[in-house]
Amino acid sequence: MLNFKDYNPLEGKQLQIMDEKGNLNESLRPAELTDELLIDIYKKMTLLREMDKKAASLQRQGRMGVFASSYGQEASVIASSMAMGKEDWIVPAYRQQGAIIAKNLPISNFFLYYKGNEVASRLPRESHLFPVAIPVGSQPLHAAGLGMAARLKGDQTCAIAYFGEGATSEGETLEAFNFAGVYKANTIFFCENNQWAISTPRLRQTAAKTIAQKGVAFGFDGIQVDGNDPFAVFAATLAARKRAAEGEGPTLIESFTYRLGDHTSADSAKKYRDPAEVEPWHDKEPLLRTRLYLTQKGLWDDQKEEDLANEVYNQVGIAVAEAEKTPNQTIDDIFDYTFAELTPTLQEQKSYLKQFYPET
Amino acid sequence: MVQALNQALDQEMAANPNVVIMGEDVGHDGGVFRVTDGLIQKYGEKRVLDTPLAEAGIVGTALGMSVYGLRPVVEIQFFGFTYPAFQEIVSHVARLRTRTRGVYTCPMVIRTPYGIGIKALEHHSESTEAYFTHTPGIKVVVPSSPYDAKGLLISAMRSEDPVLFLEPSRLYRSIKQEVPETVYEIPLGKAKILKQGTDLTIVAWGSMLRMVMQTLSKDQNLSAEVIDLRTLSPLDWDTIFTSVEKTRRLLIVAEAPRLGGLASDISATVSEKFHGKLKAPVERVTGFDITPPLPLGEHLYMVDEKRILKAIKKLTHSS
Ligand SMILES: Cc1ncc(C[n+]2csc(CCOP(=O)(O)OP(=O)(O)O)c2C)c(N)n1
Repeated sequence: MLNFKDYNPLEGKQLQIMDEKGNLNESLRPAELTDELLIDIYKKMTLLREMDKKAASLQRQGRMGVFASSYGQEASVIASSMAMGKEDWIVPAYRQQGAIIAKNLPISNFFLYYKGNEVASRLPRESHLFPVAIPVGSQPLHAAGLGMAARLKGDQTCAIAYFGEGATSEGETLEAFNFAGVYKANTIFFCENNQWAISTPRLRQTAAKTIAQKGVAFGFDGIQVDGNDPFAVFAATLAARKRAAEGEGPTLIESFTYRLGDHTSADSAKKYRDPAEVEPWHDKEPLLRTRLYLTQKGLWDDQKEEDLANEVYNQVGIAVAEAEKTPNQTIDDIFDYTFAELTPTLQEQKSYLKQFYPET
Repeated sequence: MVQALNQALDQEMAANPNVVIMGEDVGHDGGVFRVTDGLIQKYGEKRVLDTPLAEAGIVGTALGMSVYGLRPVVEIQFFGFTYPAFQEIVSHVARLRTRTRGVYTCPMVIRTPYGIGIKALEHHSESTEAYFTHTPGIKVVVPSSPYDAKGLLISAMRSEDPVLFLEPSRLYRSIKQEVPETVYEIPLGKAKILKQGTDLTIVAWGSMLRMVMQTLSKDQNLSAEVIDLRTLSPLDWDTIFTSVEKTRRLLIVAEAPRLGGLASDISATVSEKFHGKLKAPVERVTGFDITPPLPLGEHLYMVDEKRILKAIKKLTHSS
């Protein structure tokens, strides 16, 4: 099992197991990450990319609202959430639609949410997936709380929080680190450092050399991993999860990756980012290197790739159709979840509104 | 409106070397709505600060900078993201003058897009101005047109008090209006009579004015007097009272939730003052006491012409 002490972020260390050419350092490979599981991860990453691609096209046609793509960062969310247990909690920000895939939930919810229907956030209770968190830095505390509760009850269940490097500037994120540290919470903090927070580059976000070292400041281990290497992401998350479950407290994982696209579909990175900076990252992206590895091992070929492309295309098509045939919110829908019980005032406001919409 | 705001910032930066803009993505990106576009190129990185992503940090440091003698103009990316800065605004920015008996003050402008109606993401449609009108010591301003936006923002930047400047995001690009190149101020704390009338008074602010005017344009027989509050705190009671004195009927139109909103306050104050003298009870058309719905349900929540018309009928048919 990975020893975090070997990757002290203060010494500029980064964990990489598979390089961008698909070459693997077998000695670091976690036994749990079999080739079979890697193929599953590859398929899930491919599905995620297809979802984002489709969403971008729907957004341009006005069939969906603004959303944030995971393009180039697929390994972060997929490989890490696949290292978590089934009962574990996932607390995403707004760029982790991959968690829906990892949790085997209907991906139509992603399309429905960004079309603008909150029914998409109604997931089965036992899925243990939190809804999208738009206010940056607000959600790591929730994962700290879940992890604290598990520790207080003596459970092995863990929680993983996702957030960007920009979010580490918010006070609440640092409070989450602190609470989790003090209470030895069963929590993993997973920072997708994609180098940009909208137009703010990583170097202007914090004077600290790494994000990972912020864990050290709060009394627990931080590790920087090559975020485009699913092996490294998986290995670090698995080790962090094991420690958390055993009561050894939280870990901060900095997944060093790159946002290949715009911040969201409402953004235009051309305005502030030099395309020359982006170019080399295309060679480092996670799908490419995973495919190279699998091909070198004789586990993958053009035919399989084509079949997979067709499969994800169809899957996404079905999900979009599902989302598009979901009825819009009714007046009842927008009122009824305000409190456990509808108050007389809300009942009155609802009846008043209904006069104007006799059909709903 | 975006251009008018940009011009106000530009002209005031040129006139006053202490004006400093700070916020997330306000520099090289020019702000997510482009209100600060071009300013970093013109005034450099010492006057336009692309800050780390932390609203409490932005507002709290702006306080320090302001006391030191700068004039920070802070941008919070959306109104809903002022919440991390709530403590700084309410406990410090709004109170520094009082707490130091006037020795230290922190004039600054906190600009932010506000309101529902652009089919935005969750938490991007807030109209919770009442949190801040409920806070003594910070002025709250809402423009309803490009012309007003420019004049009010210039006044806000010259104000000796901190100002929360709420920019209705629905109006950013939807209304076009010629705005004079010259520098002009529109006084804070003064409402504007947008239209004279005798049958009833309608009070509104921000994007609701457009909705009111659209509704009125469909009924030429009605003589309504329309008041644009422009500043929500401090409130220009005189203009409201003078108008109601004449019309004896009052309608308040607000996008915000109903309970504890500014519309309720205006209704209560006018009802008290004109007890027994009104021709009909005061009417309010407001948002509902629910979380603003996501885009596909947005229209159900938003104040529209039908709802305004119904309230007008109710007011004018009773005498
Ligand atoms: C509290 C808060 N402030 C500002 C925003 C607007 N905003 C949305 S995403 C974003 C940048 C986030 O960057 P980062 O945390 O690095 O995550 P990334 O989007 O790159 O995944 C900003 C400023 C917000 N959603 N919430």
